[in-house]
Amino acid sequence: MGLVANAGDSRAAVVDRPGAVAVAAVLGYLVLDLVVKLSGISVFFLGMQVLGGSLELGSLLSMVIDGLLVGLAVGLAGIGLSMTYSILDFANFAHGDTVTAGAFLGWVAAYIAAGLGTGAPIAELFMLNSGRQLSTVSTFVPVLLGLVVAGVGSVGVTLLVDRLTYRPMRAAGNISLLIASIGVALAMRYLIAFVFGTQTSGVASGGLRITFFGTVSMTDNEVTLLVVSLLLMLAVHLLLQRTKLGKAMRAMADNEDLARVTGIPTERVIRLTWILGGGLAGVGGYLLVLESGTISFNFGWILLLLIFAAVIVGGIGSIYGAMAGGVLIGLVDSLALIWLPSGLTRAAAFLVLIVVLLLRPSGIFGGVTTA
Amino acid sequence: MSESSGTERQTATVDSDSIEDPLLEVDGLRKQFGGVVAVDGATFAVGEGSLTGLIGPNGAGKSTTFNCITGIHEPTGGRVTFDGQEITGLPPYTLANRGLVRTFQIARELSDMTVLENVMLAPDDQVGESAIRSVLPGLRDDVIADEEAVRDRAWETLDFFEIDHLAHENAGNLSGGQRKLLEMARVLMTDPEMVLLDEPLAGVNPTLEEKLLERIHELRREQGLTFLLVEHDMDVIMNNCEHIIVMHQGSVLAEGDAEAITSDERVLEAYLGGEV
Amino acid sequence: MSVAESVRDRLDALPDIGLVAGFMGAIWAIMLVLALSVGGAEWANLAAGFIGSVTVLIGGYAILALALNLQWGYTGLFNIGIAGFMAVGAYTTAILTAPTDPAAGAVAGLGLPLWVGLLGGMLAAAVIGGLAALPALRLKADYLAIVTVAFSEVIRLTVNWSGLAEFSLFGRTLGTGGATGISFESANDVAGSLVNGVGAPVAAAFQGVGVSAPNLANLTYGLMLMAVVGASYWVFARLTNSPFGRVLKAIREDETVTQSLGKDTRVFKIKTFMIGCALMGLAGVLFRGQAGYISPSQFRPTITFYVFAALIIGGSGSNTGSILGAATFSGLLFYLPARIGENVPLGTRAPSNIVEAVAALGSLDPFPLVAYTVGNVSTLRFVLIGVVLIYIIQNQPDGLLGHRNEPAASVDLDRSRADLGGESDE
Repeated sequence: MGLVANAGDSRAAVVDRPGAVAVAAVLGYLVLDLVVKLSGISVFFLGMQVLGGSLELGSLLSMVIDGLLVGLAVGLAGIGLSMTYSILDFANFAHGDTVTAGAFLGWVAAYIAAGLGTGAPIAELFMLNSGRQLSTVSTFVPVLLGLVVAGVGSVGVTLLVDRLTYRPMRAAGNISLLIASIGVALAMRYLIAFVFGTQTSGVASGGLRITFFGTVSMTDNEVTLLVVSLLLMLAVHLLLQRTKLGKAMRAMADNEDLARVTGIPTERVIRLTWILGGGLAGVGGYLLVLESGTISFNFGWILLLLIFAAVIVGGIGSIYGAMAGGVLIGLVDSLALIWLPSGLTRAAAFLVLIVVLLLRPSGIFGGVTTA
Repeated sequence: MSESSGTERQTATVDSDSIEDPLLEVDGLRKQFGGVVAVDGATFAVGEGSLTGLIGPNGAGKSTTFNCITGIHEPTGGRVTFDGQEITGLPPYTLANRGLVRTFQIARELSDMTVLENVMLAPDDQVGESAIRSVLPGLRDDVIADEEAVRDRAWETLDFFEIDHLAHENAGNLSGGQRKLLEMARVLMTDPEMVLLDEPLAGVNPTLEEKLLERIHELRREQGLTFLLVEHDMDVIMNNCEHIIVMHQGSVLAEGDAEAITSDERVLEAYLGGEV
Repeated sequence: MSVAESVRDRLDALPDIGLVAGFMGAIWAIMLVLALSVGGAEWANLAAGFIGSVTVLIGGYAILALALNLQWGYTGLFNIGIAGFMAVGAYTTAILTAPTDPAAGAVAGLGLPLWVGLLGGMLAAAVIGGLAALPALRLKADYLAIVTVAFSEVIRLTVNWSGLAEFSLFGRTLGTGGATGISFESANDVAGSLVNGVGAPVAAAFQGVGVSAPNLANLTYGLMLMAVVGASYWVFARLTNSPFGRVLKAIREDETVTQSLGKDTRVFKIKTFMIGCALMGLAGVLFRGQAGYISPSQFRPTITFYVFAALIIGGSGSNTGSILGAATFSGLLFYLPARIGENVPLGTRAPSNIVEAVAALGSLDPFPLVAYTVGNVSTLRFVLIGVVLIYIIQNQPDGLLGHRNEPAASVDLDRSRADLGGESDE
């Protein structure tokens, strides 16, 4: 009886949601292929390799770690984007440049702190071009100080931008706000370029390499990214679960209807949205630079679409969804390399974004309560 | 026939079957939103050329019924037939092209377009709705001829509703009552057979109300249009509609003429119950 | 506010063609003045260079803004994948027209004539645009924005991919050239042959006052682009001032109502995407591929946002406004600041970075900061564009001409004379 019903259900699913079924089929194939690849078997059909190949477990783990690291930072940055999307009701195209701004503020602070007393000219330190590479183990205090400045600084930047741009247009429609944010993005990005130039500077490099499982290794800077972002996500979780304001924000972010009933969010909630979202974006940017080692005026802008992908995949408005979506998109961006040439992995991440928006606009985790 | 399944309700005096020449037939219509059943087996018919009233306390499912008939919502179950053909779940544009159109409870004018543009939008299958014809010189003569005809008809319609002095005004600048008139004018430009009016008199002053009702009767008399009217004002319904359908909790509670409805105790109960 | 209003009143008084001519004339005059003040004996050549380049920019952005105006201004479809559709058009044209026997290291194409390539490019952009429109049928405006921008990046990354740089199809070798780009028959050559052929006597006169041949060809090309703008305007004006345009406006205002009045809005949205994207594809090759060469980096999303800036300045919803916005944006905000920055003599005291410039303020010397600012004005102009965008959205959301009431109809909408005679106001 149950079996019959199930068969009927799955037939109905094929008819009702062909897109979802196709996605499931593709995912199933990829997982199968991954397993076959890891076991080193190749399957040929009509002379074409349809399944398998070879993949070292070690290189798979490295890819997973790469994807996880980028994904965690993207997830951190995504929290703010998701919150502004649901509480202020617009897609903030300036969010990527907030990431850049926070990173620059943090790295200038870290660089100056690390360079004090070394006789390096202050101009070189400020412009991040003394050539010095910072790492968590060799310059712990400056790196930590930079982290704090990145967070606090980007909070300041977002509050200032809100005061000048978005606050006068609280009643405006979401497209007007989106366009204003495009203006903010341009102005911020090129102000950064005006001050720091358009070159890419190398500012960080791991001071220590920790190897585990024999073949997989992480630098101290990567471990810092991992630990700090996990700690911050835990802190956000506690804030949302334990404080009254946090609960109110979660309710408003998760539930559009509730937000509509309660009307325009109070300035207090809006301010907290910007503080939390902006601060995490800045920290996320700072950590990404720590991991990748380089910084340039437009890295956040280039990252923006990936952050959007994370937020949408996780379900717009869901704070936990943004974190999970970040990790997921980071992994897609990195693991796509198993099947796709390196030039197309980023395109794969964007395709995931498009497919999710079309098939499940509420996000993969949408509909799952986060309470 | 009009019994909704699972209940023992009986219709007042007139049975749907006895409606002569039904133009619109709704049979066991059902609409569910998640766990909420908004329309629960509504069954009724609207005679061709009639002015039928649809009433019921708040939340009786009148607007949802309208939305299901006109293709805004897809019904969860049941059948809708128009002019002898099944139209259940068809999209609004197909229905409009077949002659079944509606107005909205809150007038939905196209606010950044002029009154004339609003009205000229409505006619079906305008030649110039083809992108190629509206551009290419050789093909454009038909567009111009058609446009002139549409324009002249638009002016006539505006005259009919006495809003011609507002023709070049942006629709967003109109008063609430004028917007209702504009909606009526727009709907008429589609050359309908049947018009569903969702509270056309709400927020309209008495003079304008009189004028609108006059127009509706005139259109029935002279063009044989059929109207289904949702209205809160009992007097309006009782004085103007020859057939009245009462909905309650998603299904039809009673139907008949004004006399039968006013003397039906269940109707009274439903309304009092709704009030409490 | 009052300044903006008085500007607007004066604009309203002019006929559209006069408006466009006035804007173009004013921008050319500014370029001429700049050339006169910095060019010395070379002023004529410099002026031709400035005016040629600014005209090309205005032409390119005007075509793009017109296309976006159809999609967003009229229909409310928030397409921010413009760069991607430009790339589809440009790459299709390039692959169709690139020589079959390319220079060493370059990628081969099909060697077809330019006009076939242009038509093919527009067709390809229209088809891809039609496919991209399918999500537009169901997505909210801001979701559509994200889908289209992601789509445009997927296109850019795909043509950038080395796997497509060169491949064989039906025995012929062709490709996108990957990150290196692709060379093809230059539309500029058409301008060059005009200058050397029919226009030779005029060209000789220009060269007599010192205008170089490349600058003259560039100027000619700019004027040719303006002719394309004129033709596009003609088509789009007829397209939008018609029952077709009426339905598009109605979709923007309220799609449910439009459907209730019998319009299958899906068909109109797809058509709008196809027509607009075809024009974007044409602009992709004529504007970005002027020199007969394109590469993926020319199709980054930033160009999409510049088109938005142009349209918003001009007034979304107005075809004439699209052209004025393109002129204002590319002439005054994009081109002029960069040329001023290049041509102001800074002397030797200009600092190399902002720290030195700010430090000099301490010794009450503002010159280094001023010099640094002027020297980096080509960066600062983007800050200016951003600020202008914010200002307009906050204070003048209608732009220059968006407030205008341009009824969408193919005929004069006043009561016809016969009607007036029959029953005048009673």
